[in-house]
Amino acid sequence: MEIDFSLPGNSILALTGPSGAGKTTLLRQIAGLAIPGSGRVTFGQNQWLDTANGIHLPAQQRHIGFIFQDYALFPNMTVMQNLEFALTRNRNTELVGHLLETAGLTQLADRKPHQLSGGQQQRVALARALVREPELLLMDEPFAALDPDMQLQLQDLLLKLRRERPFTVILVTHDMGEIFRLADQVAIMENGRLTRIGTPGEVYLNDKIEGLLVYGEVLTLERNNETLTIHAWIDGKIRQLDIPSHLETQMQPGTRFTLHFGAGNSEIRVLKT
Amino acid sequence: MTIHPFIHSLIQTKLDFQPLLLTFKLASITSILLLVIALPIAYWLVFGKFKGRGVVEALIGMPLVLPPSVIGFYLLLAFSPSHWFGALIEDWLGLRLVFSFQGLVIASILYSLPFMVYPIRAGLQSLPASLREASYTLGKSEWQTVVKVLIPNCKPAILTAFVLTFAHTVGEFGVVLMIGGNIPGVTKVASVAIYNEVEALNYPAANAYALVLFAITFIILLLVYSINNRLLRVRQPA
Repeated sequence: MEIDFSLPGNSILALTGPSGAGKTTLLRQIAGLAIPGSGRVTFGQNQWLDTANGIHLPAQQRHIGFIFQDYALFPNMTVMQNLEFALTRNRNTELVGHLLETAGLTQLADRKPHQLSGGQQQRVALARALVREPELLLMDEPFAALDPDMQLQLQDLLLKLRRERPFTVILVTHDMGEIFRLADQVAIMENGRLTRIGTPGEVYLNDKIEGLLVYGEVLTLERNNETLTIHAWIDGKIRQLDIPSHLETQMQPGTRFTLHFGAGNSEIRVLKT
Repeated sequence: MTIHPFIHSLIQTKLDFQPLLLTFKLASITSILLLVIALPIAYWLVFGKFKGRGVVEALIGMPLVLPPSVIGFYLLLAFSPSHWFGALIEDWLGLRLVFSFQGLVIASILYSLPFMVYPIRAGLQSLPASLREASYTLGKSEWQTVVKVLIPNCKPAILTAFVLTFAHTVGEFGVVLMIGGNIPGVTKVASVAIYNEVEALNYPAANAYALVLFAITFIILLLVYSINNRLLRVRQPA
């Protein structure tokens, strides 16, 4: 793995790319849960890792939040206790109450994790990660297991929490909607390298966008004589579209695309992630 | 109504409860001490970074496959005051380990080690790695993580280990006979008492001891498995 990038403070970076590219490993190395053979990690003025000088700050001292794919809630503790566990001594317990309220968990405070739905568990994980008021939140495919409605709710919750207290986010995701909705920067990782980094527009669209842009995913593909008809998942709904027949070779079920409605014309672009 | 003469003699038997009490005293002390010893060993086997883990695991498992008399024989040699280890213990602590209760406790700890270590190790291994890592990213030390996260979420495994160890110590015979002998109130545990009664052709007394051991160990195991089933059912996601 060979990676070199820096990120402005208080921004959201989406890390995407094929599975096995090393996204989770990179996240774990930033968190201090895995140690790279050699490298440097600096956050603001703080050296977190510098293998050349033998510096390796353990995860406990990096002041991060980490959201695991399986949420990693402690089964032996209630929702409230999961949050309180993250408190350090002499830190305000009011914050726990406030986070529970913001995340809509006040009613569920006495439940155990196994009594919660996936979306509720995810909210607990998010609230718990913020109890320490981290300046960097690392999220490993946090919303992948949720249905689209719930994904939107949680993305909104994340944005709401960031409005209250800004922090930097690095987020592993495969969801184009998530990238465009949340990310200031997107980085594509392939075979242990960052192949592209920039704003979602720069990375996926290359040029300026005027008009309306939506993104979609092909569900079915049908050819009737000269017309090519697709059913696609666009903005949370299934829609039917007639598209230019020359796109047939590029469009398959699962293909992601953007649909750009400009002044007087519309254009479809196939996305390669 | 006529009572079968054997049952009649069983009822008539005046049972000496000392061996039974001694058995449960030995099993309780062994299980508690072994729990304290086995937790760090199991943790170390699962999370420790060291070479030669296979050797340690094989050594811990030896009591599972060796005849108890082999273990008893080597312990008898080591504990004897003419051996350096036995002499050292006697010099330093004033303890004689052969034919004494303390010696039985140490022998039982060694003999039951795998019954405590293996289930706890399996319990720790079955926990998702993310629980431990989540605790670290929340700023908690390794010790806090062990006490507040890992152990509470391994309760069924720890309970199983404790009870298996207890039951295994109750059922110990060969090792006790080799290093403890047959001193009433000191080393004469129930399993040895049964053997003595049978040798003396006193079958009703042997039967009484055996029945009590059978009933108590059965009840203990039954309790544990029903508690564990309940704990595990609670943990299943709704």
